[in-house]
Amino acid sequence: MSVLNAERIKLLSTRSPWWCALLAVALPVGLTALIASQAQIDPGDNGGSVQVTQMLASLGRAVVMVMAALSVTSEYRFGTIRSTFQAVPHRTTALLAKTVVTAIPAMLIGAVVGFGSWAVFRAINSFPALALDSAEDWRAVAGQIVVYGITAVLALGVGILIRQTAGAVAVLLVYALLVEGLVGLIPKIGDDIQHWLPFFAADRFLGVQAGPPIDDLPLGPWGYLAYFAAVAAVVLTAGILSAQRRDA
Amino acid sequence: MIEAVGLTKSYGKTLAVDNLSFSVPTGRVTGFLGPNGAGKSTTMRMILGLDTPTGGSALIDGKRYRDLHQPLRTVGALLDAKWVHPNRSARAHLQWLARSNKLPAKRVDEVLEIVGLTAVANKRAGGFSLGMSQRLGIAAALLGDPQVLLFDEPVNGLDPEGILWIRKFMHRLAEEGRTVFVSSHLLSEMALTAQELVVIGRGKLISQSSTEDFVAQATENTVRVRGPRLTDLRAALAQAGVSTRDEGENLVVSGMDCADIGELAARTQTVLHELSPQRGSLEEAFMQLTGDSVEYHTEIADGPTPATLVPAGK
Repeated sequence: MSVLNAERIKLLSTRSPWWCALLAVALPVGLTALIASQAQIDPGDNGGSVQVTQMLASLGRAVVMVMAALSVTSEYRFGTIRSTFQAVPHRTTALLAKTVVTAIPAMLIGAVVGFGSWAVFRAINSFPALALDSAEDWRAVAGQIVVYGITAVLALGVGILIRQTAGAVAVLLVYALLVEGLVGLIPKIGDDIQHWLPFFAADRFLGVQAGPPIDDLPLGPWGYLAYFAAVAAVVLTAGILSAQRRDA
Repeated sequence: MIEAVGLTKSYGKTLAVDNLSFSVPTGRVTGFLGPNGAGKSTTMRMILGLDTPTGGSALIDGKRYRDLHQPLRTVGALLDAKWVHPNRSARAHLQWLARSNKLPAKRVDEVLEIVGLTAVANKRAGGFSLGMSQRLGIAAALLGDPQVLLFDEPVNGLDPEGILWIRKFMHRLAEEGRTVFVSSHLLSEMALTAQELVVIGRGKLISQSSTEDFVAQATENTVRVRGPRLTDLRAALAQAGVSTRDEGENLVVSGMDCADIGELAARTQTVLHELSPQRGSLEEAFMQLTGDSVEYHTEIADGPTPATLVPAGK
């Protein structure tokens, strides 16, 4: 508990997490408002669904990745990771505490983005189809909470492994925003690989983004969520193991 | 007490610390002396469990640092004053450290008061001068009121006022009965601060003794003998059990005064061109002891440096 508190003080005593949080919310919610105001959706059309309101949540997710990676790479950059390990020599404890303290704000941001995007869309374009009246609808909106949390854990793991801010952020953003989309372009095997990539999995759980119908895919929505979480856990474990072996 | 046993650290083929064994006695200030690159910082990082030794171990009161419960209560350390997030205030920096080891929040204000940073406690640490950062680092080291303190080159880069403050502070810590282990590459500084000295060069132990003994031994008086043919004299000196060493064309004799050497020279019928007593300076002695172990030699540093020798009587 005391280690968690120490990490909380660390997180809240610099300004960059606040800016990241603000950006992570403002970017997707603001752009969703813009889209909503310009949308020409035929109310009878399938396009007027709850899922449409979540199209830009992945932008906030990218900012959360930067925030999570920064929380550890900035410690390496300024040498405070050594003070951390000096105060808490059991490195797994220290890093798990950091994971919790990074994931919780990420989940809060996910909640604000998910419900915020939906609410703002609905306020501007109130179609009846936008009501949260099915399990799928709830999964698309409230699911952001879990997806943002897991995304933060994944990014933190990458941050621990790479240690440099520029490197970690570049790898995360290029991968999430470009690589996953481009893999599908590989002839023959591209699709099969893509079906097992982590953010593809996250989007299948949410049911947002265009793609093949879920029945044609290897896992169902909850299976994809478990898979996404497993990938994050593996990356975090790899990070912690390497931090234990490395000199601080 | 800190005890290093066969401590070894290698980076690839480079041996940074080579089978180093020493002990830091309780309740005294022990200087950790060596030229730059001798492995002092690496050793300190290994004591604190930040770097994993390739071989050997470092124990604090018989325990590895990693096994200490709430280590800040046992060991305080300042290895680098810049290990602070520049956008975090001095107080917040100490607060998270205090919380991590369940130290009372009021202790933060106490240590800020001790090092005289109360007035700037809420300012961001990135704007601190080196002297202020150093004080913040010392405040962090004192948080848990530990009995053992480690400081790595605490006076490096400080102005004279800052150096004096640190020096007085070390004395105060020692008077309080704490164990202080402080590294430096300046023997003159250590001679003023430390009661014990652990001297290393190229990762190897050169000596461990009290500062008094080290200085006495290091500043031992010698006699320089110069002549065209010193073979017989050298043999006679060796027979008399006096240690000699060659320094260029000269012979440096320790443990026998000029008069006796002169008589011995007469008996062995040696022609002398010079017979002069020498008193080595502290720094010169240190250079001699660690000279072979300086990692990066320069042309100037090689060979004899007469400027540092002070002939007696001049």
